[in-house]
Amino acid sequence: MHIFKKSFQIKGGEFNRAGEVSINIQNLLKSMDFDPRLIRRIAICGYESEMNVVMHGGEGSLSLEVDADKLTLEVTDDGPGIEDIDLAMQAGYSTAEDAHREMGFGAGMGLPNIKKNADLIHIESPENKGTIVQMVFFLPDGGKAD
Amino acid sequence: MVKDLVDKFKLAVAAGKSGLDREVMDGYCGDLLSEIMGNAPAGCAWMTVQGHQNIVAVAVLREIAAIIITGGQKPDEETIQKADQEGIPILQWPDSSFSLAGRLFSAGIGNPATE
Repeated sequence: MHIFKKSFQIKGGEFNRAGEVSINIQNLLKSMDFDPRLIRRIAICGYESEMNVVMHGGEGSLSLEVDADKLTLEVTDDGPGIEDIDLAMQAGYSTAEDAHREMGFGAGMGLPNIKKNADLIHIESPENKGTIVQMVFFLPDGGKAD
Repeated sequence: MVKDLVDKFKLAVAAGKSGLDREVMDGYCGDLLSEIMGNAPAGCAWMTVQGHQNIVAVAVLREIAAIIITGGQKPDEETIQKADQEGIPILQWPDSSFSLAGRLFSAGIGNPATE
């Protein structure tokens, strides 16, 4: 039983709206009085997830689940999938287009940033069947602000 | 405050006037958005040559005090609108990030020797 669950749509290619979903999630977590340090980690993971869908993913969604002992972000998309997950997890490896790189995206830091900031990360990306990335943040003492 | 930097270094204010009283606690330079998301300190003045609208989302999520667009670059129209909505000041500096960062550091921002 989740205390709270909300899902937001993300559209691939919509650079003009990129980040909006993560800002919504950030505001939700602030209104629930979570620890600002925890919110920062989740904001980073949310933003990187959102950018991955915007750059590579076709249609997708980002959801937030709140449980008593953990928060979970789950991003899904119907894009081409990640060909080599181990490579994608390496800092600096990127499949972004040049146009995106000129805008400061595609530095090959997205998944490494997520790995650094989430307690657990689980990726499923069968070829041509889209991608699911789950990120878990444990709440050892409830995760609320002091 | 952001306003003090504007006055002291004669920075142009392009957007986000409602945020000029935000506190500046540190500085950071960079143009790779994921690097900023991963590493920029909260409450920093962020110097970048990027002027497109996604810099505003990064600043909101990372709780950046102000964005300073350097190198004579300009914010896009959509960037200005978003920054006004979110109350994130966008300032402009005609010279390089390096030259402004040096001035900010000398003025005590992010400089442990003066704290």
